[in-house]
Amino acid sequence: MHPAPSVIVFTTLSGLGFGLLFWLGLGLPAVTGWTAFAFFAIAYLLAVGGLMASTFHLGRPERALKAFTQWRSSWLSREGWASVATLLVMALFGAGLVFADASWQPLGLLGAALALATVFATSMIYAQLRTVPRWKTPLTPALYLSISLAGGALLAGQVAMALVLLPVAAVMQVLWWARGDRALSESGTNLATATGLGSIGAVRAFEPPHTGTNYLLREFVHEVGRKHAQKLRILSLVLGYALPVVLLLLPFTHVFALVAVLSHLAGVAASRWLFFAEAEHVVGLYYGKRAA
Amino acid sequence: MTTLPSKTEKKLGLVIDLDTCVGCHACVVSCKGWNTQNYGAPLSDQEPYGADPSGTFLNRVHSYEVQPLADSAKVQPAAQLIHFPKSCLHCEDAPCVTVCPTGASYKRTEDGIVLVNESDCIGCGLCAWACPYGARELDQAEGVMKKCTLCVDRIYNDNLPEVDRVPACVRTCPAGARHFGDLGDPDSDVSRLVADRGGMDLMPEQGTKPVNKYLPPRPKDQMDRSAEATQGEGDIDVLAPFLAPVAEEPKGFLGWLDRTLEKI
Repeated sequence: MHPAPSVIVFTTLSGLGFGLLFWLGLGLPAVTGWTAFAFFAIAYLLAVGGLMASTFHLGRPERALKAFTQWRSSWLSREGWASVATLLVMALFGAGLVFADASWQPLGLLGAALALATVFATSMIYAQLRTVPRWKTPLTPALYLSISLAGGALLAGQVAMALVLLPVAAVMQVLWWARGDRALSESGTNLATATGLGSIGAVRAFEPPHTGTNYLLREFVHEVGRKHAQKLRILSLVLGYALPVVLLLLPFTHVFALVAVLSHLAGVAASRWLFFAEAEHVVGLYYGKRAA
Repeated sequence: MTTLPSKTEKKLGLVIDLDTCVGCHACVVSCKGWNTQNYGAPLSDQEPYGADPSGTFLNRVHSYEVQPLADSAKVQPAAQLIHFPKSCLHCEDAPCVTVCPTGASYKRTEDGIVLVNESDCIGCGLCAWACPYGARELDQAEGVMKKCTLCVDRIYNDNLPEVDRVPACVRTCPAGARHFGDLGDPDSDVSRLVADRGGMDLMPEQGTKPVNKYLPPRPKDQMDRSAEATQGEGDIDVLAPFLAPVAEEPKGFLGWLDRTLEKI
């Protein structure tokens, strides 16, 4: 799949933002006044910034509001509803903390649940697609949720939680990669089933429909060098999880905390780039672009 | 609504004969021609005369080479070249429809055609992600999703002569490799064709239940039979009678002229 910057920025930032909102909704940390304002401002910048980025890849962004209509069937529509509901509920909860010095707990818990629902809906947009075997697994929501919870705990300053959740997210990531590397060959979809010609013999793509490129090739047949991918995976694990854990174990300073957050963000962004760049859409088979 | 109808009255679709398709791409051209001037936004091209031309097409023809496995009868079987037209298969369980967040994509209950309401499409591209066949392309000029309409503006069009009320690709195919009809009616011509020729689904494991069917190519020739199997037969014995000269000796005036000229 084409690793569109807008979608990588969207899933990385909003995942982190909604993760932070989850912990804030639980009252961890129990902040009020200007401290609460700072925490909520960061969470909203990340969550809303990510959502704004996601509209950049639309062909007709001016009609984006229509995407709220099909929540009964579409995960993309459900994600829209969940994100707006989270932001509204948490805005009320945050206003209570900042201006009234009051923690309206039921509202916070509702907001926390909605934040998780948003991340789940985002992950299901990908996990529902049978056309991308690497994504079509319950491990995808598990990965998105564990990364969001770990990053949120890191941002919320929940050191004990982050020290558990960051390694959990790293393990999910490794499991997801290990399964993903076998996913296409185990999916049963190959050039033989794609063309229905497998019963005659070995099928080989002889000529593409056009000498030039097209939308399908640009969008779905992005190929990344394997050697490159392995390096990025290691980089993602080191930056995203190992370095933040080490920094959290050292005596606390604000500089270390900031470095831990930025390092985590860079690691997750690298992982998200791989999430798209390595994903094999089965339409590539028709163009002879997938080793079956 | 982007939920799928539980049942459609008809299942209009195409039957594509891989045995007779000659790979001329006439269907590609006629499809682009009709659909760029009729239903919905035109099918745009980017840099059509530039260094890197590309454009929106609803129908594309691939070509595949199939190498049959060797066996005792065929020691070195010849590879077959198969031309493979591909457009929307109007699936019964169309994954492109249910993922649509706006309701722009829908499947018609009356005839099963999958269409895009272009004024509702936000161009998110998710339906193209969900389609395993590459049947949907986001038009780069219009920013909306384009796909085969089964020429919905031809097949019900009373202003056209009856012979033209079929999809443009079917009407134009010089090899008769594309057939249009109701695949939900077991007695229709297309359904009988599918039954007779063993029509197949593409990527059945994807669970899309495509309406369009493909007819597999038939065995081409007997060129690779072993020496034992062909013993006693001349290489070209089937065609030889037709190739024999119809008149050994010229007769009549030409015969006299021939003989006279021989003597000189």
